[in-house]
Amino acid sequence: MAATSFVIAMSVMTLFWGLIGGVIPWFIPKGPNRGVIVTMLVLTAVCCYLFWLIAILSQLNPLFGPVLTNDTIWYLNQHWQ
Amino acid sequence: MSSLFRSEEMCLVQLFFQTESAHNCISELGHLGLVQFKDLNPGVAAFQRRFVKEVKKCEEMERILRYLEKEMVKSNTVIAATKEKEMVPCARDVLELESTFEKLEQELREINRNHAALRQNLIELMDIDSLLRMTEDFFEEAESLLTYSEPPSEDSVSMTVSSHITSRRNSNSSTSGALHLSFIAGVIKQERFPAFEKVLWRLFHGNFVLRHAEMQATEELQAVRGAVKKDVFIIFVQGDHVREKIRKVCEGFRASLYSCPKTLYEPKQMSTSVMTQMEDLRMILRRTEEYRAGVLTRAAEHVQEWGSKVKKMKAIYYTLNLCNIDITQKLIVAEIWCPVSDLTLVQSALIKGSEQSGSSVTPVLNRIQTQQTPPTFNRTNTFTEGFQAIIDAYGVGTYQEINPASYTIVTFPFLFAVMFGDCGHGLVMTLFAVWVTSQAESLRKWKNELTDVVIGGRYIILLMGMFSIYTGLIYNDCFSKSFNIFGSSWCVLSMFHPHGPWQNETLHEYHHLQLNPFVPGVYSGDPYVFGIDPVWNIASNKLSFLNSFKMKMSVILGVSHMLFGVALSLVNFVHFRKFQDIFLQFVPQLIFMLSLFGYLIFLILYKWCITLRSETAPSILLLFINMMLFDYQSEHVLLYRGQVFGNNLNDQHGTDTRSSFSQHQKDEMVSMGDIFVYQAIHTIEFCLGCISNTASYLRLWALSLAHAELSEVLWRMVLQVGLKISSGMGSLMLVVLFAAFAVLTVTVLLIMEGLSAFLHALRLHWVEFQNKFYEGSGYKFTPLSFDSLLKTQQ
Repeated sequence: MAATSFVIAMSVMTLFWGLIGGVIPWFIPKGPNRGVIVTMLVLTAVCCYLFWLIAILSQLNPLFGPVLTNDTIWYLNQHWQ
Repeated sequence: MSSLFRSEEMCLVQLFFQTESAHNCISELGHLGLVQFKDLNPGVAAFQRRFVKEVKKCEEMERILRYLEKEMVKSNTVIAATKEKEMVPCARDVLELESTFEKLEQELREINRNHAALRQNLIELMDIDSLLRMTEDFFEEAESLLTYSEPPSEDSVSMTVSSHITSRRNSNSSTSGALHLSFIAGVIKQERFPAFEKVLWRLFHGNFVLRHAEMQATEELQAVRGAVKKDVFIIFVQGDHVREKIRKVCEGFRASLYSCPKTLYEPKQMSTSVMTQMEDLRMILRRTEEYRAGVLTRAAEHVQEWGSKVKKMKAIYYTLNLCNIDITQKLIVAEIWCPVSDLTLVQSALIKGSEQSGSSVTPVLNRIQTQQTPPTFNRTNTFTEGFQAIIDAYGVGTYQEINPASYTIVTFPFLFAVMFGDCGHGLVMTLFAVWVTSQAESLRKWKNELTDVVIGGRYIILLMGMFSIYTGLIYNDCFSKSFNIFGSSWCVLSMFHPHGPWQNETLHEYHHLQLNPFVPGVYSGDPYVFGIDPVWNIASNKLSFLNSFKMKMSVILGVSHMLFGVALSLVNFVHFRKFQDIFLQFVPQLIFMLSLFGYLIFLILYKWCITLRSETAPSILLLFINMMLFDYQSEHVLLYRGQVFGNNLNDQHGTDTRSSFSQHQKDEMVSMGDIFVYQAIHTIEFCLGCISNTASYLRLWALSLAHAELSEVLWRMVLQVGLKISSGMGSLMLVVLFAAFAVLTVTVLLIMEGLSAFLHALRLHWVEFQNKFYEGSGYKFTPLSFDSLLKTQQ
């Protein structure tokens, strides 16, 4: 099936944050700060991914559309495809 | 060892060392900064301790040092910076330092006294000098008048009182005839002069002549005495009785009286003698000042070094006061708390200390078991200490429980950023934090409390700014404007004929039109890939969409945060081996939260993922309320087919967990009634608390809404007005308006909103997150550390 932009975006972001949260922590060198750095990476990945996911899922099936002024509509007609 | 997750394991150690090596050993431990001394004499009052005299001596020395520093600042001597780690002096150095200090203080005080006395003399001489010059004028004037009226006599002071001299004369003073008058001359402050004159008039009804003139304020005069204006006056009166009275009045007005020469030729002599005296005095004053500057400069080289030495001595004596001295006066016993991993370091420090003092016996370390709770020690570096500080501000963790600081490093800036969410403001904040971080050392010199707070929290602000840039990009909000990087998913063209209901005329009729996503082509089917679609920024109903999105987002983030907290409590239970708590507390809590709020999140996600027609879409809110009320009617449209079954399961779980709470057993012999009541209260508290805590997370929505609205108001009312001006002065107005925009952005949006979001994110952590697992009833580990001592008093 043709890759819609939603699928592409989903896979790219999941891969990106999965890399940061799941793969890079294994490569942090051993030292006194390893625990803190690994925690930071995992938590950052989880929080940022979750936040992005909420944003995109909430717009997946909109129940109503934006209300625009007629000037805006005229302008968008000309300039947005 | 991942030491930030849990506080370190501490041990109680007994130290035995010889009295001679006490100073060196304690100073070595102080340099190490890893050891907290326990108070072995808790019942003894402060003034009864053994080394209280020495502590007093150190405080006296500190006082003298402060006096020296004040003198140096007054005379603008430069204080040299300290050299690196000096050796701590032992007891005899203390005496030496003490005597040096006392000598210095005495010398300085004497110099200051002499200086003041000399200066006073100089002032008096200057007064006499100007007085002489004035009276010369008076007498000359009188002379010239007398030569016109009567020949003068050489040795008497008699002169004619002429009407030119004073303006306020009584008519009964004679205008001719020589009278024998005496006079009084002196100097009085100018502001007191009118009152002085009035009093004299009341007393003597004009039987006197008063002449006054302002003293010229030369530069030297101003340097010596300051900018006080003084007047020279001279009073001519008749009779000694009156003279005494006038003298008393002058004393009352604090006028300085000087004796004046009677004849015309003496003034010249007196004047010259006064001049020479003044010259001498000036020279002496200069010499005094030079000597003083020399003393101060010599002292300035050492004053900081002395200061740190004295502080260390005081700390050592204070520590010695906490220890026990043996009967034989040769052995000192101390008890210290120390991290287990640092025992070897402590041992080597003690050995070094005893070697320095030349004692042959090495100190003995003896680790003892104890039931007392050790202090909580979290090893932090400059990056993590800010976050540890904000956790400790609420409560220091109980010994060896999970330390939330390691998670707070990310979750706190993240929750802040959810409320702050503007990538333009986030960028400004990040740049500010980078600047503060790079300038931290030079900014510390300002020694202002506010700057200290900002410098201490520079890493927190940096992380807050970076996360704000990310959330700002997702909210698609940069100074209240949106980016359109990937192309909006909404297409206006498809609403028009032939796809949709609009015609060209529709635009003329209606001012506002709504896009309908169910018309094919209007909504592309793929949401905007990164964040909120840019079309919402220009829509009038943007808040309808954003409110729904942000509220659901707050609930999801809040429930996740709280579930994380509950999971951490599991880790605590495992560590402290409270397995019964796992079954009776953790599992019911988890089930309750998951069944209620997990179900809510499931509903939210389900409703987002499936396609619905807008007219028939059920509201999650009503659904939930109906479920709690056990209210099912067949007319209600169900969200999914198994909904009734799912809701039933939910309620069952809820009631089960509540009853299982009340069966929590404890091992100790406590009355069952108490336990039941306690557990019932705990259960109700947890249930209600869960609901109120979840609702509390809605502040994430509320604050981000407020921030976005404020930012938009600023744009619309300030900058847009400037950009819309089409006249020639527009560019100038734009400059002014942009300045206003920038100032308001920084003060209102960055500082005020930043503080507000900081506070609310902190509250969410302290209350909603930490009450799931954190006890916070420990006490902090405060080691004897010379570095922190010198830093705090710097």
